[in-house]
Amino acid sequence: MSDLDLPTPAASVSQAAFSHAMMDGSAAVPAGLVDPQNASAGRRFAVYRNNIAVSLTEAMHSAFPVIAKLLGKANMDGLAGLYLRAHPPSSPLMMFYGAEFPAFLEAMPQLNHLGYLGDVARLELALRQSYHAADAAPIAPEALADLSEAELLATKVTFAPALQLLRSKWPLCAIWHFNTLADAPTPQAGAQNILITLPEFDPIPQVLSDAGILWITALQEGASIAEAVARATEVEDGFDLVAPLTLLLQGNAIIGLENKG
Amino acid sequence: MSNMSKPLAVAGAVAAALSAASVMPAAAGTKEKCYGVSMAGQNDCAAGPGTTCAGTSTVDYQGNAWTLVDAGTCTEMDLPAMADGGKRAGSLEPLERDLPA
Repeated sequence: MSDLDLPTPAASVSQAAFSHAMMDGSAAVPAGLVDPQNASAGRRFAVYRNNIAVSLTEAMHSAFPVIAKLLGKANMDGLAGLYLRAHPPSSPLMMFYGAEFPAFLEAMPQLNHLGYLGDVARLELALRQSYHAADAAPIAPEALADLSEAELLATKVTFAPALQLLRSKWPLCAIWHFNTLADAPTPQAGAQNILITLPEFDPIPQVLSDAGILWITALQEGASIAEAVARATEVEDGFDLVAPLTLLLQGNAIIGLENKG
Repeated sequence: MSNMSKPLAVAGAVAAALSAASVMPAAAGTKEKCYGVSMAGQNDCAAGPGTTCAGTSTVDYQGNAWTLVDAGTCTEMDLPAMADGGKRAGSLEPLERDLPA
């Protein structure tokens, strides 16, 4: 729009009244809204209101593709319509839109029989957080190999900003794979913890044991490798850090080592 | 301290993880962007809303849309022949063929 020479509106409309009417299709057009000819702007207001709902519905589809696939387009459209009015964007960063969607799904009585939906939405949010996280250069694996035993045990680890952890009582990773990969096996009942890393362009979710996620959480909280192993061993006798450490190294998830030994 | 009781086990496990990580490719494998092989609306991107990359290709095998494939497989993937009978192949660079009208 190049026409900056707009007439002064006959009456002003408060932002609160405007945004309330914007998110409620049944609300009346705020009184005092006029077009450049000082005629009532009801029609262009309706177009703008519709564009908001349609664009946010599309945003929800691209934000939660697995939820949309599980529920079908019509159901996802309906849910998105309810969600976008209850939780309009609080930030212009649309790639993070939908933060309240997991809790919203879990609070819908009609979806009670699909208890895993909330965690699937959490996984889709976490994958996007990982995708948009700041880049960080991983350590060279030799940096670990070069440490003496005592140094290794006292070492503290810094993780890439893209690393995300999720705990679920559902077979979350299997559900996600089943709905995103062509040849993935049918999910089997059981809890799955998830580690998300960003080895290259796209975030990768992988399954972690209970002790494994505890070990990484302890390291995140500043524990040394030895302290973290001790905590993991409390939940799993004979905890072996080979599996989680291998995933971290393959996922380029370790970006710093600190040891004062 | 009891948590220091198995230093050898930890050192050995770290060595094992290092060798496992060095011989096995990451779960993703080494990927490369492969243009011209995605079905309409199925091109890869985990960026989400507010971006213009995922699922925006509008024709099958669109030449300037890419998907991540295992490195080395891009140009060898079997694709249906073009409408004029010409051979289609994936490419590591954007292509001029199959662009939306």
